[in-house]
Amino acid sequence: MLRYALRRIVLMIPVLFGIMTVVFILLKLIPGDPAIALAGEKASVAQVDAARRAFGLDQPLPLQYLSFLKSAATLDFGLSLRTHQPIAGELRQFLGATLELSLAALLISLLVGIPVGVIAATHRGSTLDYGTMILALVGISTPVFWAGIVGIYIFSFRLGLFPIGGILDSGIDLQHITYGYVVDSLLTGNWAALQSSLHHLLLPAIVLSTIPMAIVARLTRSSMLEVLGQDYLRTARAKGLTERFVVVRHALKNALIPIVTAVGLQFGSLLSGAFLTETVFGRPGIGRYVVQAITARDYPVIQATVMVTAVAFVVINLIVDLVYAAIDPRIHYG
Amino acid sequence: MARELDAAPGLARAVAEPAVGALTAPQSTRSLWRDAARRLARDKGAMAGLIVVALLIVVAIAAPHITPYPPNDQSFRIKLKPPSAAHWFGTDEFGRDIFSRVLVGTRVALWVGIVPVAVALVAGVAAGLVAGYYGGTIDSITMRVIDIILAFPWLLLAIGIMAILGPGINNVVIAVAIVYIPAFARIVRGSVLSIKEKEYVEAARAAGLPDPQIMTRHVLANAWAPIIVLATLSIGQAIIYAAGLSFIGLGTQPPDADWGVMLSSGREYLRQAPWLGGFPGLAILAAVLAFNLFGDGLRDALDPRLR
Repeated sequence: MLRYALRRIVLMIPVLFGIMTVVFILLKLIPGDPAIALAGEKASVAQVDAARRAFGLDQPLPLQYLSFLKSAATLDFGLSLRTHQPIAGELRQFLGATLELSLAALLISLLVGIPVGVIAATHRGSTLDYGTMILALVGISTPVFWAGIVGIYIFSFRLGLFPIGGILDSGIDLQHITYGYVVDSLLTGNWAALQSSLHHLLLPAIVLSTIPMAIVARLTRSSMLEVLGQDYLRTARAKGLTERFVVVRHALKNALIPIVTAVGLQFGSLLSGAFLTETVFGRPGIGRYVVQAITARDYPVIQATVMVTAVAFVVINLIVDLVYAAIDPRIHYG
Repeated sequence: MARELDAAPGLARAVAEPAVGALTAPQSTRSLWRDAARRLARDKGAMAGLIVVALLIVVAIAAPHITPYPPNDQSFRIKLKPPSAAHWFGTDEFGRDIFSRVLVGTRVALWVGIVPVAVALVAGVAAGLVAGYYGGTIDSITMRVIDIILAFPWLLLAIGIMAILGPGINNVVIAVAIVYIPAFARIVRGSVLSIKEKEYVEAARAAGLPDPQIMTRHVLANAWAPIIVLATLSIGQAIIYAAGLSFIGLGTQPPDADWGVMLSSGREYLRQAPWLGGFPGLAILAAVLAFNLFGDGLRDALDPRLR
């Protein structure tokens, strides 16, 4: 297992290099002179030249590539052109908020999706089965940004249950550690902030969870159907075990394996969905950060965000593979 | 893999292997397709999806002739009017008729749904076929490139490409196509790897047929089922992706009608005029649902064991 993990980590290196190379090429391909963007639209020719030298843009491309790799390896991305703040700090702050939203959505999708899938599978062919699977198909077909708009209209404007956006009520101070607002409230024992951040998180998290929830429900159903036909379940029933025990302890445990993989693989789409959800709910996060950076041609921010997100995604995929190997005793990795 | 699942939940694995197995004997191909068509025709959901898709195509073609009002005509006298007999879906912030704009928006939606998937299908099938058939270095390089593309969440990749190409609906088509190439390449490669070991491929090789002919006539001809299913299910997803890009301002530029852009302006008038975003959203949902229903039915029809 350890050897497998090490091998996977080593194999990740060329992919990481590839990601950085792609980001570098993308940045070089963006039309317009980055030196002008760096110096500002109204800068004089001399100022633009100074900016070009200061950021090493007058160097030959291979040297620029090397310094690009160095800044990536040391996580030193410099200052944002728009806010003039260090990017590493901003990124950490926004990444925390985005991850918290994504993980909350993932949790909701599992808590709802798995039981729904199990119920559909154990009631195969019934109205309940058809009904839930039609709902799941509708869930998969709903754009997350529209679900967000409908959610705000119904639950915030009409019913007044949730705030219409933001991440924390103004006037509440929260000391930041991870920049996940709920997590930080828990870590610092700040109950007012916990209540407020949960209140702000719930609706966007439910909205973001619709597609993964539908996917989990569908997968759980098909995975359970496959397992429910197996002989060992007949044996378990023949032993006189209750149906509930058979379904949960024997069937679901085995049906979970493909679900874990699928859930891990969903993370990339979850992040994309999180970007759009943040835009709809006006929550700070990586998605809004990068969209604003593109509008403002904030090159260093685009570079940093794209790279960090891609790397995070690769690492998450690795973790999923390792978890997968750990929970499935049939898999032996040498 | 993420985007394959994203496009078609569970599809990559579920479809590739069993369907290929079911399709590997060339002599049974014709009856298999006929059986599948018969099963598809009996699937009520798939047929409902197909009818809606056909309707969308008719609307897209006829849109300029059937809209009750010119879709870009502004009239501030009637701005933000709720749905009525004169304006079925109400009017927007410029007094434009939303029903007319939704009808015209069908053209954009089908364009951004079908064209990128078609482009990705051609490119992905070519890449997957060559990689899987030749194996070795070509395969390793292709698969690493695909791993790298897959390492970017789709929206980020699309945003990066849009940053280079600039906003506009045709650039959305290019961006979404690039996002989809890996899914097709992987599913084709997977099928090719198993098919190329079959005796009939070996026989074709022994008979001295040139590689391109073996690849298209013998290998690819038996790998179509999962590709078609993936394509159908991807169209719905591509419509959502493109609407998402338009929603954040990178797609269709005003004043042209696009469901994603209409949703985006609908968000600003949500409190006083919920119909602005409500109807374009329902239109996206209906279109995507139709393609997904049909795609699901197609998958079940091509491989009844998955039902």
